Amino acid sequence: MDWLAKLGQSTLERFAAIGRATGMLLGALLAAPQIKNISLTIKQIYVVGVQSLSIIIVSGLFIGMVMALQGYTILVDYGAEGSLGPMVALSILRELGPVVTALLFAGRAGSALTAEIGLMKATEQLSSLEMMAVDPLRRVVAPRLWAGLISMPMLTLIFSAVGILGGHLVGVEWLGVDVGSYWSIMQSTVEWNEDVMNGVIKSVFFAFVITWIAIFKGYDSVPTSEGISAATTQTVVYSSLAVLGLDFVLTAIMFGIE
Amino acid sequence: MKNLIEIDSLTFKRGSRVIYDNISLHIPEGKTTAIMGPSGIGKTTLLKLIGGQLRPDSGDIQFRGESIPGMSRKRLFHVRRQMSMLFQSGALFTDISVFDNIAYPLREHSNLSEDLIKTIVLLKLQAVGLRGAVNLMPSELSGGMARRAALARAIALDPELILYDEPFAGQDPISMGVLVKLIKELNNALNLTSVVVTHDVNEVMSIADHVYILAEKKIIGSGTPEQIKQSDSALVQQFLRGEADGPVPFHYPAKSLEQEFLGVS
Repeated sequence: MDWLAKLGQSTLERFAAIGRATGMLLGALLAAPQIKNISLTIKQIYVVGVQSLSIIIVSGLFIGMVMALQGYTILVDYGAEGSLGPMVALSILRELGPVVTALLFAGRAGSALTAEIGLMKATEQLSSLEMMAVDPLRRVVAPRLWAGLISMPMLTLIFSAVGILGGHLVGVEWLGVDVGSYWSIMQSTVEWNEDVMNGVIKSVFFAFVITWIAIFKGYDSVPTSEGISAATTQTVVYSSLAVLGLDFVLTAIMFGIE
Repeated sequence: MKNLIEIDSLTFKRGSRVIYDNISLHIPEGKTTAIMGPSGIGKTTLLKLIGGQLRPDSGDIQFRGESIPGMSRKRLFHVRRQMSMLFQSGALFTDISVFDNIAYPLREHSNLSEDLIKTIVLLKLQAVGLRGAVNLMPSELSGGMARRAALARAIALDPELILYDEPFAGQDPISMGVLVKLIKELNNALNLTSVVVTHDVNEVMSIADHVYILAEKKIIGSGTPEQIKQSDSALVQQFLRGEADGPVPFHYPAKSLEQEFLGVS
């Protein structure tokens, strides 16, 4: 019966953690916005958004280039290399853009958020805010949450745009696909709502999940070296898995059989 | 004499481990009260209980006659503006300069102009002898300086009560002397109430008006430093003299030597 007790205990602990995470989220979202906090949010957008730009642009470029290369070798067998444009654009806008950006964001910004908040906890900075009658949820958590929510959809759009340009670079400039068919067939095939906006909506969901996990893991971490290292790892693992699982659900809802 | 804080039959547990078992103590207004005891008995926990960061399992903690565990979060935040805490690590915000650290509570809780804030920050830094370090980052300060800067931040809003968490731990003799002097002077000059949690016996005995000694989940001694020195409790005497063995044993509880090495049951 020992395993049963352990199962029960770990289930209870998980539910308690979900409860704490929801409490933290509500506390951060409902905290009355203050003018002072807008500058904090802008600073965080710089940290999690602007500083992630280079990795997002480089990855977007290479993903687009690889997609064009792979797509071309398949399409050319059927004489359909003119459809390379929509193939690259659709796969990036619908799937690769939001998902890869989210995975990179989890690794680059999510882990940093967890480590930063965990260390603030370990060095008693969160406690000292509490004692100064400043709510850490409002001062530390809320600006980071909003920064993640604002930055990631933009990063996703930048990733997709650069990826499509990368496809042009390889497909048109290198492999010789007709430039007119690359862009004009893409333009006639890609739908604004169906493809572009669905990708953006996905990225909003991903941003929410990643930032929530990252901040909660930092806030709830055991304030020791091992605790923070475990929390950082968990942030990347959990948010990557959550992104992939959520992507399937969202895709099923958006593009599923009617 | 009025008491600023009254702790009444407080019991606090962490999980199933009892930290405090039904303790009562008073912190008189305008005085320096020392709380001493061996490491690991939860002295910091007591400060967090007073600050309302933790809730007792039973009993009450009153600040000016108002129950801290019974307060709403809003009221608690209001009351906390009258108290401040000096953390063991200093807990300065590492991403902003010394100036911004001390200006932080002022900017957060007052509508003073930046000119006035600058004046107050420099005055507070002058009080702790760090006016010259105003533009440094916390990472550029030594341990003792960080604690003094944190002290300047703690007095930025002119609180009525300061809770010092191990202010002397890990300090060299000079920094220790500086901190002892600062705590004493601030207490007298600003008419503060100070609670100093520590295990540095000599330093704190020289500045405290009243001393409580905590051990084994209870208060084992209380009184003025003179009364404490004359206490006939063996445990108090062991603590004051720093003896290796006594009521607090040198050995962590273990099997007897015979059992361990000879297998005698």
